[in-house]
Amino acid sequence: MARLNSPEALENFRQEILSKRDPEKPCISICAGAGCIASGADEVIAAFSAEIEKEGLQAKVDTKGTGCPGFCERGPVVVIYPEEICYLQVTPEDVPEIISQTIKEKKVVDRLLYEDPVTGERAIHESDITFYKNQQRTVLCNNIKIDSKNIDDYLAIDGYSALAKALSKMTAVDVLEEVKKSNLRGRGGAGFPAGRKWEGSRNAPEPIKYVIVNADEGDPGAFMDRALLEGNPHSILEGLIIGGYAIGSNEGYIYVRQEYPLAVKNINLAIKQAEAYGLLGKNILGSGYDFNVFVHQGAGAFVCGESTALMTALEGRVGEPRPKYVRSNVKGLWERPSVLNNVETWANVPLIINNGADWFTEIGTEGSKGTKIFSLVGKITNTGLVEVPMGITLRDIIYKIGGGIPDGKKFKAVQTGGPSGGCIPEEQLDLEVGFDELTKAGSMMGSGGMIVMDEDTCMVDVARYFINFLTDESCGKCVPCREGLRQMHRILTNITEGKGEEGDIELLEVLSETAVEASLCALGKSAPNPFLSTLRYFRDEYEAHIKEKRCPALSCKELIAFYIDPGKCLACGICYKKCPAKAIDGGKKKIHIIDQEKCTNCGTCFEVCPPRFGAVAKISGEPVPPPIPEEKRIIIRKSKEK
Amino acid sequence: MSDIFLEIDGKEVKATEGMTVLAAAQSAGISIPTLCHHEKLEPFGGCRLCIVEAEARGWTKLVVSCVYPVEEKLIVRTRSEKIDRIRKTILELLLAHAPDSPALHDLAQVYGADKNRFEKEASFCIHCGLCVRYCAEVKKKHAVGFVDRGIRKEISFIPEIASKECNDCKECFPLCPTSYLQAAFVLTEALVFPSSSD
Repeated sequence: MARLNSPEALENFRQEILSKRDPEKPCISICAGAGCIASGADEVIAAFSAEIEKEGLQAKVDTKGTGCPGFCERGPVVVIYPEEICYLQVTPEDVPEIISQTIKEKKVVDRLLYEDPVTGERAIHESDITFYKNQQRTVLCNNIKIDSKNIDDYLAIDGYSALAKALSKMTAVDVLEEVKKSNLRGRGGAGFPAGRKWEGSRNAPEPIKYVIVNADEGDPGAFMDRALLEGNPHSILEGLIIGGYAIGSNEGYIYVRQEYPLAVKNINLAIKQAEAYGLLGKNILGSGYDFNVFVHQGAGAFVCGESTALMTALEGRVGEPRPKYVRSNVKGLWERPSVLNNVETWANVPLIINNGADWFTEIGTEGSKGTKIFSLVGKITNTGLVEVPMGITLRDIIYKIGGGIPDGKKFKAVQTGGPSGGCIPEEQLDLEVGFDELTKAGSMMGSGGMIVMDEDTCMVDVARYFINFLTDESCGKCVPCREGLRQMHRILTNITEGKGEEGDIELLEVLSETAVEASLCALGKSAPNPFLSTLRYFRDEYEAHIKEKRCPALSCKELIAFYIDPGKCLACGICYKKCPAKAIDGGKKKIHIIDQEKCTNCGTCFEVCPPRFGAVAKISGEPVPPPIPEEKRIIIRKSKEK
Repeated sequence: MSDIFLEIDGKEVKATEGMTVLAAAQSAGISIPTLCHHEKLEPFGGCRLCIVEAEARGWTKLVVSCVYPVEEKLIVRTRSEKIDRIRKTILELLLAHAPDSPALHDLAQVYGADKNRFEKEASFCIHCGLCVRYCAEVKKKHAVGFVDRGIRKEISFIPEIASKECNDCKECFPLCPTSYLQAAFVLTEALVFPSSSD
């Protein structure tokens, strides 16, 4: 393939690709993202290939492994074009039926369709599924349409047209102004306006400048960036080249975590393909603009997602943050002006250039424009990636898209913003999602992690969990973070173990103030958030733990006890057999008793006791009733009394 | 380099561009407490004890003076209720490691820090990095370095280098605000240095 030397050559080549493609030809798209691969997508892809060969349909049907469409809960996801029939949880055994029914007979296999849990209605198309219906997918929508390993697929959906437009029809300043006008804010955490960041770099006197993709996604449960890198790597690359052009940089870096092997593979492949087409390298599309990209793999430190630590690591040194009283867009990588933006931010750039800033600002709220991808996880019916317009309420995300809380449990809180974000309670669910709105509620947008918690979640334990994560991930350079978190973790652990003391809350507050005000980087400055936000909304839980040694959510192992209600136990013997600690005393027609000395609070008896008896009770903050006397333990059935 | 005038604790101070607030204060005889600072070394910003209040263009924020650059008309306050409270907490956190360090004791008296406020963690090193940075920046030997991260971070002599370089130098010993460095050295020496009989 010869290099494309002009925007016209790119357009002609695009038409050539399209002319070879028959839009009516069936195409089976199978999600090949990490989530679906874990659910067996590779086997499904292999089964399709084998079946198509067996049936001699190679010339009549296309198959492709695509990017992640987001509905990971029901993976592997298969979409069949042109009808866009969406099958969920497909296994290799389903493949022959799909080929014989859907491909050959044009019939829908009902049992593989999405079934609405409320109405029981089946949805044929992706867009009919409630999970997708309430989303607005401008960034993620292409994932399922393209084979992420094939640049021609990206070109077929107008890929690199924004780059061609920027290079041929806009000056660098025009591009910068368009991004500024769009009010695109960083999707990685702080929400800093991208245009202003770019402008600072463009205006910095140092001639060598850099643009960097932050793909060190490390928040527990978050995988937005992974899905984009794996599923649509060219969109990020295109955004990065446009950004480089706008600020006058000829060199870009992609810092991607090693734990994302597929993302690393796909982005490296994308760079090679773009170089071969002349979309990267010297004289891009004949414009005279040169740009090269390098991929750097992170070595597994969460703190390297922090901008200065990331740049230090790129320089080949230990990934520790450095003071940034001079911003890194002026003095960053190798002390040169460096624009660092998150994966999702870069992926939005081609859309803004193609559709214009006005299109972008029509979506969202006053302060937060465009859409945002969240990874919706935790106690939620529909786990997956969701892309929604800014300004949507948390309630709509959780109930309309997420399908609410499973198992009839009650919603308790949603944790947004990653480990150093905060927990938002029920009464704030009508909050409109936006950078400033979430910050005001004591949480933050972060990179888009969204963990839903139900009534069984102890908020003190949640704070302990996240502080533990951050203690582990602190780089250890500055005292307020390293030592402050160590002590916060110790105190929170004590509270969850029933060893909390009067004054612990106040001490945690002092440590929080020190970390927030005096830490070196954003990790330390935001690290107390899990504690501060849970204290703000769930103070009573802290007090119950400390004063009454009671865990209101009946979750903290050290503060609960299991007890068999003698009035309900029918001596079925299940708990007796299943107890791993041999702590249950039972026998035929004998009311079972838990030996509290032996009990490890594992909860097995609670889980296995048949619901129709419901004899095992979980209690906290009250003494366990004494065991009933031996002579009263014999169960005399009423029927036998007659 | 052009002169810059700023105000520290109500006093007008003359500094030059590129200077830190700490250096400017020291040049004017105004004392700000530090633990990880050393005039021969690059600013580190690790202990955060030199935190001060800086007011510029109507905005007041807390900054760390050993790394914060001076600017024209900057107003700096080196003590306030909040600053003192933060310094006290930082000292208490460090005293949990090194309750008998003289340097920490002296500062603890000034800020009313209680050495028993937090549960003791007997590791003695307060991670000021003076030894590590002095060896790297001044001596250019890299005989001692940091290993691991976060709360597991510690200093460690690199035996191959230390056995050759350290006996004749030991310039880092007096820099250590606790006695940990010498202990770590003696331990390394005992474990891996070639014995004199070899």
